[in-house]
Amino acid sequence: MPESQASQDSPAIASSALTKHFGRQLVVDAIDLDVPRGAVYGFIGPNGSGKTTTIRMLLGLIRPDSGACSLLGHDMPSAATGVLPRVGALVEGPAFHPYLSGQANLLRVDAADRRSDPETAASRVASALDRVGLTVAAAKKYRAYSLGMRQRLGIAAALLQPRDLLVLDEPTNGLDPQGTREVRHLVTELAGDGTTVFVSSHLLAEVEQLCTHLGVMRAGRLVAQGPMSELRALTATRFRMRTTDPVPALAVLATLGVSDGAPVDGGIVGSLGQVAPEWIVQAMVRAGISVAEFIQVTPTLEDLFVQLTGEGFDVSG
Amino acid sequence: MSAAEVVVARRPRPVRAWLRLLGSELGLMFSRRRNRVGVGILFGLVVLVGIALKVSAVRRPRSPAGDLMSAVAGNGIFLGFAGLTVEIALFLPLAVAVLAGDTVAGEANQGTLRYLLIAPVARGRLLVVKAVSLAIGSLVGAAVVALSGVLTGAALFNIGPLTTLSGTRLGVAEGLLRLVLAVGYLAAGLSALAMIGLFISTLTEQPIAATVATAMVSTLLWILDTVPQLDWLHPWLLVDRWLSFVDLLRDPVFTDRMVTGLWVDAAYAAVFLALAWLRFRDKDITS
Repeated sequence: MPESQASQDSPAIASSALTKHFGRQLVVDAIDLDVPRGAVYGFIGPNGSGKTTTIRMLLGLIRPDSGACSLLGHDMPSAATGVLPRVGALVEGPAFHPYLSGQANLLRVDAADRRSDPETAASRVASALDRVGLTVAAAKKYRAYSLGMRQRLGIAAALLQPRDLLVLDEPTNGLDPQGTREVRHLVTELAGDGTTVFVSSHLLAEVEQLCTHLGVMRAGRLVAQGPMSELRALTATRFRMRTTDPVPALAVLATLGVSDGAPVDGGIVGSLGQVAPEWIVQAMVRAGISVAEFIQVTPTLEDLFVQLTGEGFDVSG
Repeated sequence: MSAAEVVVARRPRPVRAWLRLLGSELGLMFSRRRNRVGVGILFGLVVLVGIALKVSAVRRPRSPAGDLMSAVAGNGIFLGFAGLTVEIALFLPLAVAVLAGDTVAGEANQGTLRYLLIAPVARGRLLVVKAVSLAIGSLVGAAVVALSGVLTGAALFNIGPLTTLSGTRLGVAEGLLRLVLAVGYLAAGLSALAMIGLFISTLTEQPIAATVATAMVSTLLWILDTVPQLDWLHPWLLVDRWLSFVDLLRDPVFTDRMVTGLWVDAAYAAVFLALAWLRFRDKDITS
């Protein structure tokens, strides 16, 4: 498919001041997404923070009140029929006709795309089903599918064509641990082929393992966005030291320039900042303080989230 | 399989792609068990009418020509026309309402609408395919009734040259042709009703609500058409000239009312298809 140089250099997903109200409620508040090509972009936020509404706007299902968005360098929704064949998507769970088989459902989705080739439809459907492990259930009616099988069928629909961009809204919802691992593997594999993956989730552990980039939504606003490493650097690495002499230990910490040292049960905690952990241990030993244990605590995504939003992750916006 | 391989193999074939989507839509419509049962009901009602006429014909002497029902006893082909007369007021509009309610609201209700739109299919294209499939559904409904009439008529009565309402005689082939024309005429009217249903279907995510509303519109139009105080309104009502298909049983065929009827059908279809488009074009798909 010929593509101008400009649109090849453009981000996979971009938006500027994208805004949507439902009635009087502001659901998405002037967000500026920037998803570079080739990224695995984790779009996280609590339930109700505007993730799905944003995805629906990106895909042209909902018109923004103001602002603009583009996919692969093409304005949405005006270029929808031109660019969407290169975009596979799972939006707010799978949805298919209950009395058709999984296979028949995929053929129906395929028939809707006027650019898809009817001659290869059967083989593309078969390989998409194979890719998500549904081959044995291909002829079963959708209504007989379990929640996990339905989710897999939704992912299969997104894989009917070779895609440049995948938008996956909660892809592991309803999957068992095995299915979750398979989806993670699939996403890694697709990303390895150069497909940009935009994955929304409220499962921080999942995002942490998968993503190269991160966007954090909170109450309709995009509160942080960037490469995972940059965002991680925002959170200070903390440590915990087990000792029987917490009071002198805190005094030593103060001389090293660690200002947020605090006593806890059985020891002290603090953030490392620019101070190397070995310096702390050396200084403690030199001051005659017993160090039973020194643990460096790498911040989790949840810590980052708490730092960015000032609230627990599960608080709904 | 690389992206390049797939893309190179393709040359756009718009007509074929369009027919493929229409085929998918019709396949969906006729694979629904509910719709198949509906076809069975349309068929069976005419069989019942045929049996009732057979039984009463034995007891009751024939009334003069002009009465469609009693004409059936003399010629089975008339049962096709009689069946259409019986079913056009309620059962055929109801069948169309069921199909129309499903089109957009049914897909929205299931969530399949969002996956069609991101497949992607342009909204205008989807709406036109849905409208055409409804027109085909209307045609199939009317055709089933006529077919049932001819088959039942052949089984219970004799099939032969028929006597027109004008008193002349038509050969069997000519009689069947007139029946086919009646089916086409009623299919046009039902299609116009289906466009009202299609518009209503874009207003809601509840297919049952769309079906009920469409059936109510149809019933309301029939009721208004019988209120003498509203005779100034009658020519403007969609259903006013539907029964004029019996003019096909005159010799020569009296076409004035049917031609006007087709214009009214076309006007209703155009207006409601346009309204459906205006509504669907920018609709937020939140289901």
